[in-house]
Order: sequence, then structure tokens, then C-alpha cells
Amino acid sequence: MNIPPLTRFHHVLAVLMLVFSLAAHSDPITASQPWLDALNSLKQGSMPEREQAIMQLAEIKDAHNLAILQALLDGRLFTTKTDTKLVIGIDNHQGFDISDAVSGAALGAVDHDALSKINLTNKMRGTLRKIIGELELSADDPAVRLAAVKAMAKEADDRVLDLLRGRADKEADPAVKEAIKVTLLLQDMDSPDKATRIMAIEALKAKNSQEVVNRLNAMVEKDESGEFVEPDEDIRNLAKAALININNRLQLYSSVETVFFGLSLGAVLVLSAIGLAITFGVMGVINMAHGELMMLGAYTTYVMQQLMPNHLGISVLLAIPAAFVISALVGIAIERGIIRFLYGRPLETLLATFGVSLILQQSVRSIFSPLNRSVATPEWMSGSWQINDFLSLTWNRFYILVFCLLVFVLLLQILKRTRLGLEVRAVAQNRKMAKAMGIPTARVDAMTFGLGSGIAGVAGVALSQITNVGPNLGQAYIVDSFMVVVFGGVGNLLGTLVAGFSLGIANKFLEPFAGAVLAKILVLVFIILFIQKRPRGLFPQKGRAADS
Amino acid sequence: MFNTIANKFAKKRLLAPIAAAAIGFFPAAHAEDTIKVGVLHSLSGTMAISETTLKDTMLMLIDEQNKKGGLLGKKLEAVVVDPASNWPLFAEKARELLTKDKVAAIFGCWTSVSRKSVLPVIEELNGILFYPVQYEGEESSKNVFYTGAAPNQQAIPAVDYLMNDLGVKRWVLAGTDYVYPRTTNKILEAYLKSKKVAKKDIMINYTPFGHSDWQSIVADIKKFGSTGKKTAVVSTINGDANVPFYKELGNQGVSAENIPVVAFSVGEEELSGIDTKPLVGHLAAWNYFMSVDTTKNAGFIKQWHEYIKNPKRVTNDPMEAHYIGFSMWVKAVEKAGTTDPDAVQKAIIGVESPNLTGGMAKMLPNHHISKPVLIGEIQDDGQFVTVWQTNKLIDGDAWSDYLPESKPIIADWTPPINCGNYNTKTKKCSGQNY
Repeated sequence: MNIPPLTRFHHVLAVLMLVFSLAAHSDPITASQPWLDALNSLKQGSMPEREQAIMQLAEIKDAHNLAILQALLDGRLFTTKTDTKLVIGIDNHQGFDISDAVSGAALGAVDHDALSKINLTNKMRGTLRKIIGELELSADDPAVRLAAVKAMAKEADDRVLDLLRGRADKEADPAVKEAIKVTLLLQDMDSPDKATRIMAIEALKAKNSQEVVNRLNAMVEKDESGEFVEPDEDIRNLAKAALININNRLQLYSSVETVFFGLSLGAVLVLSAIGLAITFGVMGVINMAHGELMMLGAYTTYVMQQLMPNHLGISVLLAIPAAFVISALVGIAIERGIIRFLYGRPLETLLATFGVSLILQQSVRSIFSPLNRSVATPEWMSGSWQINDFLSLTWNRFYILVFCLLVFVLLLQILKRTRLGLEVRAVAQNRKMAKAMGIPTARVDAMTFGLGSGIAGVAGVALSQITNVGPNLGQAYIVDSFMVVVFGGVGNLLGTLVAGFSLGIANKFLEPFAGAVLAKILVLVFIILFIQKRPRGLFPQKGRAADS
Repeated sequence: MFNTIANKFAKKRLLAPIAAAAIGFFPAAHAEDTIKVGVLHSLSGTMAISETTLKDTMLMLIDEQNKKGGLLGKKLEAVVVDPASNWPLFAEKARELLTKDKVAAIFGCWTSVSRKSVLPVIEELNGILFYPVQYEGEESSKNVFYTGAAPNQQAIPAVDYLMNDLGVKRWVLAGTDYVYPRTTNKILEAYLKSKKVAKKDIMINYTPFGHSDWQSIVADIKKFGSTGKKTAVVSTINGDANVPFYKELGNQGVSAENIPVVAFSVGEEELSGIDTKPLVGHLAAWNYFMSVDTTKNAGFIKQWHEYIKNPKRVTNDPMEAHYIGFSMWVKAVEKAGTTDPDAVQKAIIGVESPNLTGGMAKMLPNHHISKPVLIGEIQDDGQFVTVWQTNKLIDGDAWSDYLPESKPIIADWTPPINCGNYNTKTKKCSGQNY
């Protein structure tokens, strides 16, 4: 998609020579009157007129068509507000570099406000994709060709099939070749020759394509009068066998997918719980404001994006340390200002931190407004990793999973290998003894709470990529966080990790059968029963510390 | 427990300054020469996101009416209270407005549960409530005027559009788990079945409030929609859960061209707070879009921007509902010559007031109004492009004709029926149950 304009222009010419060599009379340089008319109604017409104009443009076959239609599809075709000229814009972060759609002449850079976009409806987008698909079948980029083949396969008529057949021999890229082959094989299933049909089914059996499944399903179904849609029994049995074959694979992929969904839900749970595992698990402080510390992290991401609107990806990465620092500082302030006076009084701590959470929420409401803030997702985090037609993993979840594991390992290392970690463990095990050994317990408390809060902030950055950034963000996660920590075993980081992932996976395996609401209830019921049986969670703390 | 604590905080922290502001706003007002109008919208808590705008809209409308010389020679005075997104507090505040402040009418509520909570109070004290939000129907109270859409003014036309114009054959009804989606989906399911849609072609899914992990549901929808038949999602997903839902759709490669989503709770205001990229091309059904090009609408937008002093703020459907409701109330009071609830309730039936999108809205005997229905596609600037609209106004139907239990029931608050749930078969008014 990101072909520079000049190359695109050249390949437009090349495409036109190739695909529309029949239209020998069309002169690519001088614009014809109907073409200009079509452009005009594209520019000024109502939605139905615009639809007509697109069809007309496709018929007239002018050299600029591909560039114009592609720009239209991408939302880069504008009219200038001053002289209502039709222009193609290329985003340069501050505004648009525009060029005249008719002549192709560059017109320099303009502001966003100087242009008004030509809007589309879904129907028009579909038409556009098909037209562009035909034009782009011989594009240089294999990804573009693959998209073109897929777009064309949806409405394959004889003309399209001829184009595809012609392309199949020349095609070098395996993925594109495969897509063409499947389309043609699907076509062969309609062949009058039985042998061809059998061959097609045999060949399609090994393909992971939804189209194939639908087609085979249709063949074994009965129609309204109770007759089989497919009259030939041999073919029907063959289709049935092929379906079983494909469905087995489908089932495998769908369990892989469910495990991935579970892991990624688990990763979110672990991320939001891990900070709590430190403040609640290690220090024994019930911090109801934990969710709000995550919210602060999410808002930090928003602010970072506002500060550097042109570098989305970097701003998200930079938000990670920034969110850590901000949430840690707020956490330390809460600890020094309130919690340290309440050690050993869990009920008071709970109420006081709940108050803090309300104060934090309302301050965010006053500063940023009660409306949710829009945090954009960087390009590399959107979309999915398409392994085949049946299995695709979304990038944002994938990165969050990796990120969660990184944070976990880092935290474990801090606790195991640094001086702070040693002191934290010492204070957690026996406060008085640690104090007697000269450890400044008050300072360690503040640092530990800061560490836990900072990690909550980091979790907030991850959450900003998958959910709303608003004042209520924290509330949605606080109960889940406590659940994970208690289930995993208070004071045990590894327990939190295992608990988070197993709850995530359990939830996702239940969801298809029970529905989202009931799945959540079932998981909660399970935890209640589990805690009855094992009050100290999955991995109870051993030794003397556990008794105190 | 948390709710109660939250309330105590909310009350102390929030109401004092608001009350002070309200008093400070009308320093010269005396109780005798003003007509009080209650504004019952949450200014804190989860619903503040939607309801704060409606409070501002009401203040603007009242302000403008005062500039025109007030009503019946008196100035209007807004009494703003904050029910803090807490349903029982809605009832408490409504009682306060009616007994302590003695307001002539209340404009307020957003969620159905808040309306249900106010209902007994407003009926007991014979007040007037204007409710501006699209809702599930199956209700008509003597004391409530429903200026938002009933299901036949939003959900049913949207399904008709998908079925007839886009050729949709398989349906996913996805909603948040509470009364509005459950009732709407029940009506839609009955409607689809009446249109010969097979049970296996309907998938119904409910999720908790604020659901954020949509992975498996979107994967299910994708599978459901991959059978080759055109599939659409009818979404009654509420509030915050929408953003992660559309994000997941985008990430899993479900585009509006393959499986369009038509939403009943996503408007301009909600779109202004989110990254619209994954939503482009998806649909919404409303009775008003900010993008509709009429002089009335342009005037309203201009007035709003001047009042709120921010040219970037958007207008939305419930704001128009308040605009219509307020102007109908003003006309009814003028017609009756008094703000007495009984007189106004009688006078308002049949009153007409212009829609911002063209045509005249009329208050019907069932306390609903007539509205045009628009379907729009979401654009990346957070606005809608109208792709379809009804060619005439649709009358709001309180009791759905597609549910067997409410089919024979009608609401008519004019004599001789004078009843909110009159059974046309048994010829009986089953009293005030909703």
C-alpha cells in the first residue's frame, strides 16, 4: 500500500498497458469529457451519484484512475475548500501534500482544515476494491496482488476467472499462487466433468480456506424439499470425507486460538495484579487505589501521545518509563501521606485508600473531562498475524503477552538480585529483625510501595491499548487483580503469574459454552470454593513468615 | 457497600459547589416570579460522560427561552441536581425537585434503570418528566414524555435496512446484559422470525457492563459470518464496552464491508472520545445526526458552540430530543396558560414542534413522538454520513407489536381510554404496571 507516488504512477501505466490493452484508443494523457464529468459528480454529487461516478470511472479507463480510486478508498481524495479542486493528498504529519487529481501536478502542502474529504459508503468501498483488484493484479508488491486476488475471488465471473487463469502461470509468489489456485479449484467444482470435480475436491481437502469449507458444506446439505443439493452420491461422500478432514484441522486451530486468547487475557490479569502482588502480597497493604494508579499510567500514555502526535510508536514506548515514574511517585506520596500511619489496621487502610481512589478519579475527571480520551494504537500493534484462513493472532494481544512476561522477569530479578529486593524480602519476612539489622524499614516500605505502584502504571500503558482511557478504567480491574493475587497465594509472585494465566485460559474455554457473563460467574464460584479448601491460595507461603 | 460510600463522598464533594453555582447563576430570581425547571442528569460517576452534555443543553435552552422573554411572563429557572449515576439517588433527587423546589417539569435520566427508579416518585407526586434517550419501550406513564426513540423508531427500521438494502441473511444480536438490550433483542428476534429468518441464523450474545476482552466473541462472530451468507451485527452494546469491541473487530480483520455492525448506542459524543479508525464504515441508527444539512440544525449547532464556547463540541440525538421536548413543553404551557401538571399533560398531546432534521415532531396520545429514522455510516472524523432514511416520520409505539404479550396492548392518554397499557382484547386497563 505504501508505494511512493512516483512509482505508483509508473505502475499505473504498466498496469493499464497490460490489463486494458483492449482499450487501445484511450489516450492516457488527454482527459476525456465523460471522465471529467464522472470526476465532477464524484466531487459534488449525492451518495448515489457518487456510486454511479465510480462505475463510470472504471468503464472509461483513464490512466489516472488507479491513483484516484486508490486515494478515494484510502480516504485521501479531497476537494480544496477554496477552489473546490479535486486533489489527492499524502499525509505529511502536519497536513497533506496535495496534487491535482486530473493533471497529477503537485500543489504543495496544505493544512488539514483546507480540505474536505470525499466520503464513502461500504457499498462503494466494496466496488472500489473490486475495480482496484483488477487493476492491481500485476502490481509489484505480492501483498497487493494477494489482496487483489482475494477481492476478485469474492465475485468471480468468467472475465475475472480468465484474468486469474492468465495470472496463475506468471505468478511467482507462493501465497498469491495458492490463492489463485484455490479460486480456480472452487470453480472446477462446478465443472460438468465428474473427474475434474473429484480432482478438485481431492486437491481442496488439504487447503485451509473458509471458502472451501462453505462450499463443501453447501454440497452435503439438503435443500428445502429434503433433496440433497448435490445429486451425485460419489461426490457427496467425497465432500463429506474432505469436510471431516478439514474440520479436524479446524478444531485444532481453534483450540490453539482459545489458548492464545486465554494467555492474552491472563497477561492482562497478571499485568494488573502483579503490582498488587507486591503491595498487598509482600507488604500486606490492601490498596483500593491500585486501579487508579493504572489509570494514571493510561493517562500518561495519552499525554505522551499529545506531546508527540507524529511519533505514535515511540510515544507509547516512552510512556512506559514515564508511567512508571508518575505512578511510583503518586504511590510513594500515598504511602508516606496516609498508609504509613495505618500499618496493621487493614480496615482503615482499605477505607482510606478507597477514598484516595475516589479523589484520584474525580481529579482526573476535572483535569481531563469525564469523557474518555482517545489513545491511538501504533501501526505495528494493530491488525493480526494471519497464519492461515483459520488461525490469526492479533498483534496488540501478542505484544502485551510478551510485555507481561518481560515485566514479570524484570521484577523477579529486582527482588532477587538487587539490594532493594533483598531489603524488601527481609522486611516482609520479619520486620523487627530487619530493623535490628539496620535496614531502614520506613524507607523500604516507601520504595516497595513505589515499585508496586510504578508497575501498576506500566500496566496502565498496556491497558490503554486495549480498552478505554477514562476515569473509570481502574475500577474495572481492581476486583480481578485482588482475585488473581489471592488465588495465586498472597506473597508469591510466581503464584500470581500462574493464577493469572490459568484463570485467563479457564475463562476463555468456558466462554463459548457459557457466555461471557456466566463464564465470569463460574470462575468466581470456582475461586470461592478453592479458597475454602486452600485459604492460602495455589502457592502458600511457607515457613515462619506465613504464621505471623 | 462501595456504592454507599461513593454516594456520601459524591454528595459532600459535588453537590455543594453545584448548588452554589445554581444559586449564584440566578441571583435576582425570586420564587414567586419564576417557573422552575428541574434538570436531573448525572454530573459525576460513570454516566457523567453522557449526561453532563444534556445538562448543558438544558441550561442553554432555558437561557434562550429567557432571552425571548421567559414563559407566561415569568422567567424560567433551572434547578440542577446531581444523582451521581446512582439509581436510587435518582428517585431521591426527583422527590427533592418536586417537593422542595416545586419544579414545573423535570428533564432528565439516561439509563432505563434510572427512569424506572424515578417512575414511582413522579407518579405519586404527579410530576412531569421528559426522557430524551432511545429506549426499549414496553412502558407508557401518564407522567412521562418519551422524546427518544421507541424500538420501532430505531431498531426495527435499522434491521429493515440491513435486510432489504444490504441483503443480510444471518444476524448477530450483541448486547450488554441489562434491560434495554434484553428487551430490544427480544423484540428483534420476534421480528426476524416473523420475517422467516431461521433460528440457526440468529446468534444472541450478552456481555457484562464495561466488558473489555472481546477476543473469543469476535472470533465467534467471525466464524458465524464466514458461511458465505451476508452477516451483520446488531449492537446494543452500551457505553465503554464499545471501544474494545470495535478495536478487536478491526484487529481480527472483520471490516464493515464483510460484517457491518449497526449500533444503537454509539453517537457523535461517544465517537469524540475514541480513535475512530477501526469504526469507519460501521453503521448507527438514530433520529438525528449532527451532519444533517438543514438550516435548523446549522442554527442549533451554532447556538451550542456559542453557548459552550468550544467549536469542537459535537451535538447528538438525545440533545435533539431535549430540544424537541423542551419546545413542546413550552408550547403546551402556553396553550394551557398554566404549568399545572394535569393541564399541561392534557394540552401537550397533539402539540407539534420542528425536528432539527426536517419535518414536524408531534406528541402522540401514547406520550411518544413521531420521528424520522436515519442510518449513517461512521466516518473517520467521528461524524456520520446518512446512507438511508425513512421517507416519512414514524410514530413511536410504546408497546411492541412483535412481542405476543404486548401485541394487544396500546397506550392512549386521551379519553375515553386514558390508560398506559390498555388491552384491546379484554378492553381493560390493567392499571399502572409497566
